[in-house]
Amino acid sequence: MSASPPDPSSTAPAPTPTRDLVLTLGLVAAICGLVIVAAYQGTYDAVATNRRIALERSVFRVIPRATSIVEYRALPAGGIEPAATGEAVPGAIRFFAAYDAAGRLAGVAAEGSAKGYADSVRILFGYQPDCQCITGIGVVSMRETPGIGDKIVTDEAFLANFRALDARLDAELAGLAHAIRTVKHGTKKDAWQIDAISGATITSRAVGKAIDDSARALLPRLVPHLETLKEKK
Amino acid sequence: MSAVAAPGNRDEFLEGLWRQNPVFVMVLGMCPALAVTVSAVNGLSMGLATTFVLVASCGLVSTMRRLVPREVRIATYIVIIATFVTAVDYAIQAISLALYDALGAFIQLIVVNCIILGRAEAHASRNPPVAAMVNAAGMGAGFTLGLLLLGAVREILGAGTLFGFSLFGPGFQPWVIMLLPPGGFFVLGGWLLAFAWWARRRQRPEAAGHA
Repeated sequence: MSASPPDPSSTAPAPTPTRDLVLTLGLVAAICGLVIVAAYQGTYDAVATNRRIALERSVFRVIPRATSIVEYRALPAGGIEPAATGEAVPGAIRFFAAYDAAGRLAGVAAEGSAKGYADSVRILFGYQPDCQCITGIGVVSMRETPGIGDKIVTDEAFLANFRALDARLDAELAGLAHAIRTVKHGTKKDAWQIDAISGATITSRAVGKAIDDSARALLPRLVPHLETLKEKK
Repeated sequence: MSAVAAPGNRDEFLEGLWRQNPVFVMVLGMCPALAVTVSAVNGLSMGLATTFVLVASCGLVSTMRRLVPREVRIATYIVIIATFVTAVDYAIQAISLALYDALGAFIQLIVVNCIILGRAEAHASRNPPVAAMVNAAGMGAGFTLGLLLLGAVREILGAGTLFGFSLFGPGFQPWVIMLLPPGGFFVLGGWLLAFAWWARRRQRPEAAGHA
């Protein structure tokens, strides 16, 4: 831009005035801005629908009887509110109340995550208020080794841990009566233990820790208010 | 866009698809080529997404080629490429979230795919829009072919399926390493070997005066 030093190639064109450079970039940016806004608005509805369907499908997988879901938040001070009401309070935990076709509560689903072998393993679990137990898990996202860590979604024996995993609260309703623990393959004794997959212990442990952390934080806030969730509003 | 409109256009198209195949001959764009090709579907979709960005940005770069001063041309190309990548990003989210999650950050990383900036600088900025877009479509088709071949072999060996359809029945023991990063290199090496052998075989009879 400033007085250019002698150029080795005599055919080099004269420098373009700064004004032209700015104008060109401005024009290009304006065109590109229009394209991006058009793409965003053109796909907005389809993307939102896709996200809703994906979420519903993953909740229905852990609570098979459910036909509709309502998103709620469990507040740090205790109490719950539908997520549709205003901004989330910091520390609020998101969960989903799932209802069957008759509008009765079919279960509650919540997310948990813990460090796995490659990256954090994010799971969704279904909770049944009647038995105070966890009755299904699904993976939201993970980067575990194919064929090893991803057995947590295919291994029948491992999934059998989650037919009725005990998640009762203690007498003060302040925490879990028994911490949910993943134990070494073949040593499960109690209903609150998870029998690890042999060869995929780290990923199995991540599932246990994810459920334990999330249940420990969510259930004491949620269980005293279960009555308000019984019927779909 | 018809690739057979003129012999010139056909040549432009075939250059990218075969003679200068970005994956197997020029060995460009290795990041997505190795990272996302764990299945044929992933490879195909990544290739198509890149092709769209390539054709659209080369078309726009070529249309504006007399307008853009030399000094800011790279900045302009990057802005144009990034725009179409953003559009593709939204389009894939609208088509399938599962695919979007499978391709992960590599959709956004199409911006830095050297094939695209290379085409914009080396071809589109010096040729009229139709020729530029045909050439870009050829390169995109070549890239898609490369990713599809990599993805298909890795899926067949690593999961025993092709496009999700089981090939070998329940007795198949998947060769899991083919789905892991080293498997990407093995399969790429295999294809490079096959292409080099092919090219040499075709040259030899010509030299001997047979073909």
